[in-house]
Amino acid sequence: MGEFAVIGRPRPRPDAAARATGRTRYAGDLTLPGQLWCRLVRSPLPHARLARIDTAAARALPGVAAVLTGRDLPTRYGILPVSQDEEVLCSEKVRYVGDPVAAVAAVDEETAAQAAALVQVDYVPLPAVFSVDDALRPEEEPIHPSGNLQRAVALEFGDVEEGFQVAAYVREDLFFYDGSTHLPLEEHAVLASYTPEGTLTVWSSTQTPHYLHRALSRVLQMPMERIRVIAAPVGGGFGGKSDVLNHEIAAAALSRVTGRPVKCVLTREEVFYAHRGRHPTVLWVRSGWTADGRITALHLRTWLDGGAYGSYGVATTYYSGALAPLTYRIPHYRFEGMRVFTNKPACGPKRGHGTPQPRFALECHLDKVAQELGLDPVDLRRRNLVAPFSTTVNWLRVTSCGLERCIDEVVGASGFLGKHRRLPRGRGVGFAVSGYLSGAGLPVYWNDLPHSQVHLAADRSGRVTLFSGAADIGQGSDAILVATAAEILGLSPEEILLVAGDTALTPIDLGSYSSRVTFMAGNAALQAAQRLRALVARGAAARLEAAAEDLVFAKRRVFVRGSPDRGLSWPEACAAAEATCGPLQASGAYTPPRLAGPYKGSGVGPSPAYSFSACVAQVAVDEETGEVRVEKVWLAHDIGRALNPLLVRGQIEGSVYMAVGEALLERQDYRGGAHRGPSMLDYKSPTVYEMPEVEAILVESVDPEGPFGAKECGQGPLLPVVPAIANAIYDAVGVRVDEVPVTPDMLLRALDRQRRGEDARVGPKVQPPASFGPLTRVRRPEGWA
Amino acid sequence: MVEPLPPHAVTPLTLRVNGTTFRVVAPASRTLLEVLREDLGLTGTKHGCELGECGACTVLIDGEPALACLVLPVEVQGRKILTVEGLAGAALHPLQQAFVDYGALQCGYCTPGMLLAAKALLDRRPRPTREEIAEALSGNLCRCTGYLRIVEAVAAAAEGGHG
Amino acid sequence: MLRLPPFRYVAPPTLAEVVALLDAAGPKAVLLAGGTDLLPRMKRRQRTPELLVGLRHLRELQEIVPGEDGGLVIGAGCTLHTVSQHPAVVAGYPALARAAAAVASPTLRRMGTIGGNLCIDTRCTYFDLPEHTRAVTGRCLKDGGSICLAAPRSPRCWAVASSDTAPLLVALEARVRLVSPEGERVIPLRDLYRNDGLRPLALRPAEVLTEILLPPADGTSAIYRKVRRRGSIDFPLLGVAIAVRRCGGRVAQARVVLGAVSSAPLVVEEASRLLREGPLDPARVAAVAAAAAHPARPLDNTDLTAAWRKRLVRVTVARALEEMQALWREIGPSPDTLQEGRFLR
Repeated sequence: MGEFAVIGRPRPRPDAAARATGRTRYAGDLTLPGQLWCRLVRSPLPHARLARIDTAAARALPGVAAVLTGRDLPTRYGILPVSQDEEVLCSEKVRYVGDPVAAVAAVDEETAAQAAALVQVDYVPLPAVFSVDDALRPEEEPIHPSGNLQRAVALEFGDVEEGFQVAAYVREDLFFYDGSTHLPLEEHAVLASYTPEGTLTVWSSTQTPHYLHRALSRVLQMPMERIRVIAAPVGGGFGGKSDVLNHEIAAAALSRVTGRPVKCVLTREEVFYAHRGRHPTVLWVRSGWTADGRITALHLRTWLDGGAYGSYGVATTYYSGALAPLTYRIPHYRFEGMRVFTNKPACGPKRGHGTPQPRFALECHLDKVAQELGLDPVDLRRRNLVAPFSTTVNWLRVTSCGLERCIDEVVGASGFLGKHRRLPRGRGVGFAVSGYLSGAGLPVYWNDLPHSQVHLAADRSGRVTLFSGAADIGQGSDAILVATAAEILGLSPEEILLVAGDTALTPIDLGSYSSRVTFMAGNAALQAAQRLRALVARGAAARLEAAAEDLVFAKRRVFVRGSPDRGLSWPEACAAAEATCGPLQASGAYTPPRLAGPYKGSGVGPSPAYSFSACVAQVAVDEETGEVRVEKVWLAHDIGRALNPLLVRGQIEGSVYMAVGEALLERQDYRGGAHRGPSMLDYKSPTVYEMPEVEAILVESVDPEGPFGAKECGQGPLLPVVPAIANAIYDAVGVRVDEVPVTPDMLLRALDRQRRGEDARVGPKVQPPASFGPLTRVRRPEGWA
Repeated sequence: MVEPLPPHAVTPLTLRVNGTTFRVVAPASRTLLEVLREDLGLTGTKHGCELGECGACTVLIDGEPALACLVLPVEVQGRKILTVEGLAGAALHPLQQAFVDYGALQCGYCTPGMLLAAKALLDRRPRPTREEIAEALSGNLCRCTGYLRIVEAVAAAAEGGHG
Repeated sequence: MLRLPPFRYVAPPTLAEVVALLDAAGPKAVLLAGGTDLLPRMKRRQRTPELLVGLRHLRELQEIVPGEDGGLVIGAGCTLHTVSQHPAVVAGYPALARAAAAVASPTLRRMGTIGGNLCIDTRCTYFDLPEHTRAVTGRCLKDGGSICLAAPRSPRCWAVASSDTAPLLVALEARVRLVSPEGERVIPLRDLYRNDGLRPLALRPAEVLTEILLPPADGTSAIYRKVRRRGSIDFPLLGVAIAVRRCGGRVAQARVVLGAVSSAPLVVEEASRLLREGPLDPARVAAVAAAAAHPARPLDNTDLTAAWRKRLVRVTVARALEEMQALWREIGPSPDTLQEGRFLR
């Protein structure tokens, strides 16, 4: 930390005071004169043909300005080019309870709601499916024309049969990881304003303004340059606001039709309809091991229940297999995965995006392997750990890797080895490791353009403005960008004005997903700052009659190294540079290196850098009730370099929190297509009482490509916590938890079976059909043969 | 015998919010949450559910926490209402400063409700234990922070001499 | 944003006028106490009364004063927070303080009243849903339909009694004063509940619950244990209330009441009887716990499963009894005789 003035110091985020005083305006806080309110009309059936829709009564209601139906917006869209299967308003059929079929704009929300109730729709019900097994049965009417099996992947790196043949021990296990939702405190909101000049401005609570921009252009058939998308501060995203959602485009379309601003704020029930959360996933793992605990082969199968639309789901499917070999040297790997459509709200990216499920399966599986082989679970990992600066068998380029140190730290801090299998019955500790990407190596739409760009502008007054397309969703990306620029320019972050997330003003950034912003926008900001510094240095050097390379930028001054009196204040240096170079502007960009492997589907998984984490969880189990209390979580995270330890700790603690929710409490429960409890009361999000103590340990492996060596921390820390809790429950009471969330009734039934001497395990019993299609064999990278 | 007004009829209301008296005309069915945000433009009070299940809309009424989504303004006329916009003076309130310094807010959406629930606690109990802090905040949900920094911030504000 | 449906509001200045107004307005009018149960239901369009009659400013309903018989009288308009903190409650009826403090969350306890908690509507996962989802789930009996979705072959509604204070107050043999156009009546709280999810309260038209009358506390010890999913906010999945009066070192009178396992607080006579029959050794604890579980027939209309909730009855009753024994050790010997005229059964 000593080498930096700003980087590495805990600092509040620059807009913290604004948020703490209620000055920050989220999308739902915005109003425009004359605005109308929009409400969507939603399907009451999980699967049906739309026979007839009559909006006459709705339109006739006083106070209603317009009603749109699917016919008005026929262009399909979808976040991935490969699954453009969504309509703003359904025109032919509805695919889940809540699927929108009409949109109303009225003078106030109550009138809009009343009008929505007056829209008459005739449906012809179709058979609906709600599970992977049901979805795979031959269908009379598939949910989408291409069939309920949306995507199947079957990849093999090396030859797992060869690996199993040389194994002394082979084991297989079956797991289920249920769906969960993001439950942001802020309900989605959008305000759209179409002007008489034919321009459209949309303020939305979105993680991905650029993708929203593209979709608006496509569906409304307007050129992008006539559309301006402003990413409002997001009150919680976690992946739930990174799709383009119906209400966003509907509000814009209604504004165009009425000529008035249109606002739409989803009710909490509608936030459950929007969903795009964790895919419920069945996973099957088989692995082979030498007698001394080295893995010889890994075969992983995943079945993803995708809900009614594609969303990011094809990527999720690949993610459910791509990162399993990230943490271990696995010589042969076969991954088969599939995603099916079901008649429930669409699943999409939720913190970890398709990787918490396989990581849960793998880390619980390894816990069992260790036990069978007579090794402790830490030792088993150590014997197989991925090496820094290596390539995994599935062509992931690993660079900096502090995983071993993470393991050392977390095992030391928790006293794991002294507690494992040694605590009194009812208390236990569990261990797990994981890794995660610092930004997806590829954008969601194919292009060869930079993923992040940043502009910096300064002038003779000394003011500096940073322009970035990145949206801060609460993780503090704004803080990282200004800190990066401040470090290079010798300023403090509070002195830099940030303009972010406005497609009219800021350069393109792909958005806040896949933990990409620190790495990619940070690198772009770093480059822009270095270029601006060079410009200022030129001007200052001329004025100071020194060489530019001898200049130091620190404490808001520019001076000659070794002679601090020979210097200029920052504004003076800017003035000197303005005189020399004209307008002081610099831009930076970042494009990840091309890292895909030589196979179709290799686009998901590569990342310019990976973070790594190791976790110990300690639990107490009440054997009479099945209730589990997580007492403490130790989490060591290889973050490359902690640009701001205050924000990093916040991400680690927040990740632990979300993991505890997924392990013990949160579940998407449906009754015939209707959610059993679409409310903040019935969906059990942990309160302060459910949160364990957390000891966060930062490991800095200083990545060669990250800005100042930094990698991600927004998602990675979630991954090992869920399996660590499951493994801790086993340590406490001897019940294997192969399914999450493990609720008290599930654990109690397993404890009953244990008392009766039966198999005491919580988990699925039967694999879904394994029809993954033809296997693609991929050669292994050099060095693996 | 009092004659109730017909529905949709608007009632003149006098509300004291953050030390200022406002006169608003609204139907009885408009909650305090809606009046604050939409009639008075005080959008600092947030909403996560509108059903009293998440705590995001917590305000103080005569120093006691209340969920604005379930308060009818007609019943709180003349009482002192405090929202997040009324916490800071020339400087941030010590609780706000502590939230800023301790990283107790990320997306910031639960923050107004948390601050007011915490203020109510510190006003009646200047030196609360950690358990008392957790209890006071136990009806406020947060999805970003995991609560640990929030409890630390409240404890720090208490130790720093709550003003 | 969810918003309330339109309604008229009136706040008569006296109780007598409230009763008269309710009488005149009929079923279109409802009482508004804290609003923490009524207003969410209105936002979900489960209830759409035309007239809300406000009670908030009726000071006469917000007093806590000694009763004529040496007990305590608690105004129905007292907030749950007030009840849980009041010195007379904490000193004389600590289990009531605990039950009141277990309701919902700290802020809701400052808004909701004890009268409101006693009269809280029954709850069911098939009914307590937002409007669109509820329509999709089906119109159950409570929603104006003709079938109970939780128990389709049953002719009645099985929505769950979800009060925390009711089981405990029934265990303490509390009575309630009810005021209507016909006058006043005082009934055992137990008789207020009809065990019908659709119409759970035996209130007459235009009748207002004004006071809770607690018998003298001497010699009584009581425990309330709440089982819920999270440490705050949630309704009970199960409530166990046990009140015991000891005399000469033995249990003289006892009552075991379960909440959240039926549509009314469930008094378990067998368990109560077993408690009186002999010393509270481990065998008796187990027997009482088993007896308490026997009549409990929860359905799958709350969080978690009915089987688990039934299972928890035995566990929770046993733990409550252990807690009670610890309490006895703390408070010392019981009186040698009981006051005349007490009527625990």
